[in-house]
Amino acid sequence: MNAHNSVSRRALLTGGLTTGVLLAFHLPLRAAVNEPAQKDATDGKFAPNAFIRIDETGRTVLMMPQVEMGQGVYTSIAMILAEELDADWSKVEVQHAPPSDKLYANPVFGLQATGGSTSIRAWWKPLRAAGATARAMLIQAAAAQWQVEPASCTAAKGEVAHAASGRKLGYGELALAAQSQTPPKDVAVKDPKDFVLIGQPLKRLDTPDKVNGKALYGIDAILPDMKIAAITNCPVFGGKVGKVDDSAAMKIAGVRKVVVLDDSVAVIGDHMWAAKQGLDALKIEWDEGANAKISTKDIWEDLRKASEKDGAVAKSTGDIAKGLASGDKFEASFELPFLAHASMEPINATVHVRPDACEIWTGTQIMTRVQSEAAKAAGVPVDKVIVNQHLLGGGFGRKLEPDMVIAAVKIAKQVDYPVKVIWTREEDIQHDVYRPVYRDQVAATLVDGKVSAWKYKIAGSAVIARWLPPAFQKGIDIDAVDAAVDAPYDFPNFQVEYVRAEPPAVPTGFWRGVGPNNNVFAFECAMDELARKAGKDPVEFRRAHLTKNPRALAVLNLVAEKSGWGQPLPPRVGRGVCVQPSFASYLATVVEAEIDDIGEIVLRRVTSVVDTGIAVNPDTVKAQIEGGLIFGLTAALYGEITIEKGRVQQSNFHDYRVMRINETPKVEVTVVKSGEAPGGIGEAGVNAGPPALRNAIYAATGVALRRLPIDRKLLAVGKKA
Amino acid sequence: MVAREFAGWIAASDRAKKGMHMATTLTINGETKSFDAPPDMPLLWVLRDILGMTGTKFGCGIAQCGACTVHVDGKAVRSCVLPVSAVESRAITTIEHVGSTPSGAKVQKAWLDAEVIQCGYCQSGQIMSAAALLAATPNPDDADIDAAMAGNICRCGTYVRIREAIKLAASGRQS
Repeated sequence: MNAHNSVSRRALLTGGLTTGVLLAFHLPLRAAVNEPAQKDATDGKFAPNAFIRIDETGRTVLMMPQVEMGQGVYTSIAMILAEELDADWSKVEVQHAPPSDKLYANPVFGLQATGGSTSIRAWWKPLRAAGATARAMLIQAAAAQWQVEPASCTAAKGEVAHAASGRKLGYGELALAAQSQTPPKDVAVKDPKDFVLIGQPLKRLDTPDKVNGKALYGIDAILPDMKIAAITNCPVFGGKVGKVDDSAAMKIAGVRKVVVLDDSVAVIGDHMWAAKQGLDALKIEWDEGANAKISTKDIWEDLRKASEKDGAVAKSTGDIAKGLASGDKFEASFELPFLAHASMEPINATVHVRPDACEIWTGTQIMTRVQSEAAKAAGVPVDKVIVNQHLLGGGFGRKLEPDMVIAAVKIAKQVDYPVKVIWTREEDIQHDVYRPVYRDQVAATLVDGKVSAWKYKIAGSAVIARWLPPAFQKGIDIDAVDAAVDAPYDFPNFQVEYVRAEPPAVPTGFWRGVGPNNNVFAFECAMDELARKAGKDPVEFRRAHLTKNPRALAVLNLVAEKSGWGQPLPPRVGRGVCVQPSFASYLATVVEAEIDDIGEIVLRRVTSVVDTGIAVNPDTVKAQIEGGLIFGLTAALYGEITIEKGRVQQSNFHDYRVMRINETPKVEVTVVKSGEAPGGIGEAGVNAGPPALRNAIYAATGVALRRLPIDRKLLAVGKKA
Repeated sequence: MVAREFAGWIAASDRAKKGMHMATTLTINGETKSFDAPPDMPLLWVLRDILGMTGTKFGCGIAQCGACTVHVDGKAVRSCVLPVSAVESRAITTIEHVGSTPSGAKVQKAWLDAEVIQCGYCQSGQIMSAAALLAATPNPDDADIDAAMAGNICRCGTYVRIREAIKLAASGRQS
């Protein structure tokens, strides 16, 4: 296999491409196997910055600072660069960037990380500038050759033209000369009306190899002499390995070695089947440690107690005490469970520890952190750790953690061949870094049918404090309160508080939709209950509080129209609405659901309208909202991790359920035209599903649910919450 | 996939040194493949770890998610729970070769036309299930689609487009 093996799928790509461009691209994302790490080769190329590489044939390789885990970012980031570069889109290829915070740190985190729906927001300006500067250097090179003013030249589709003389030169022909040009400062970027790629629903660059099995995920890495390891982590959080009897395991054909670590045991075999059978044959005595008694029941009791404390104030406007003192009072608390990520690609990492270096093959959302953590575990300098990035079979925040790589390095250190460590689905579910439990409290008052005061307090784990410590200031987790401090509504007296409450021993982390999942759920559920208290229609009630927020109001009005809001429905069928500004995108959603007599739920229809500012690729925006809604609705319907005796009780898709196609409703997403700066889009849909469904249930049954996942028992005919 | 065969060859030769397992012969994608494997070894791991064919994915190991779906005599089956000894003398088709069947080619094209795919990890299995459906039921209705596809989980939530793409492939209206 060649590192730049041509993917000639022209026939597959000619259809449906709105620009009419024939896409013949090379996508070196499937060739990491048996290859040394991809080098960012710049020799003999126009390489004006860390992102653009044009060789003498005009081949244009764009280095991707963000990882592709399904969100379509390789295509949208390439579109931003290619737009300002005026590249020939048919010659554009993308390549995983190597680990380097210096070159590729996400400006939001100061770290080469992909998460929080930040990719487009973070890179919009720097990549446009990078593309425009490179384009200016190519024009300068052509102008110098023709001895004309650069201003008299234009660029389009990978060529510089001088209209007055009718001369043209391709970017490939200009590559070497452009490399010696001085980059001009402060190059103007395009007026959005001149965009030719941005705003087009271009076909994704990564999908053709995903229909034929050629795309390579971390789990697909294969190396000469490689063996496969299966791992079992101590079933109790924080527990250690006691005694291991491997005599039966070592007798299994294909088992090569048993590796005992502090808190886990791995069996290395010729293939996963041998490794897994070997694991099953081990007799392990665990030292369960201090957490062998923890349970979700106790964790909830602790969290409820902690949530009664005053929180750190993240935002305060008006006079909250005065506002709460008069008017029609409302109080409610909302509780959200632990959740696992359950990416379809189970956790894995392949590592080869050599005497002087450590090489890693994996798909991660945090390349540089993986590199530095692997260096520590392997005992080699950071620059001796090679990270071969792969496509991610889903990330959802789980791969913002390096734990699987650290464990794989520790295992690989004990052998001289490469080892691919694969977690079974059971390990993946039971040893996740979980979405924390949260308790959100809303206290509000109504005066003249409108909210006069709104106090919102969220209690839960501070993921930010662990993951990005400098961002944890004054006791406030900026992620946990994110969509609350940016609430769309005009409340005269408003306060947001945060109480840090860490569950004992349970590792907590980011989960698709992050902090706004909690904020949007609590706000939108409470808004529906307040609307009912005020005797108002839920959409009408929200409109009355959105007079100062035209973007939120516009998406709400359009979704009401498109969803048939207000039209009659059969008994036990309801519509629920959700409005949110999250990740700098405005989304309004209506879920229509039927609840049968025993409380089972049928999703009938979901309608969403999104204003994400400039939609770089509107079809990707639509796809992300569609998928995000399903992801969020899955959590509302099924998602819950529970713990007994220090152990996670769920283990696989039979008891940690994911929505299936037969349960999926019609989903209609409208992307409105907007000239605002682009917002984030990978997670917004996740926020919307649970509250919109909960409010549909409230409309259909009158039951005001306050916890997720939805308890069907409360919805049977004759039951009250 | 020459490079992949290399890895398989190493694993097979190592096992031969240990002197175990029986030679197994399978017909995969029209080719005969012989190798050593325990008879109870699931086809999934034979494909991935012995033959180096990684297009077929591991998702759950208990036939709950469908990521490992392959065709055996044209029918969609979950290879993660299918002992290799059960499929000797049967015709096995994987994602790497399904494009050479009429329904497989139609499905692959529809998947790209409708831009179904996000992370893509489950899509090998989705495509195999959809291709088997269309081969047996050229014009499936929603209930047919539900019945054939409910065993395939997609965590990215691409179901709306999967349904649309199956209908597109069935309609023959592809570009």
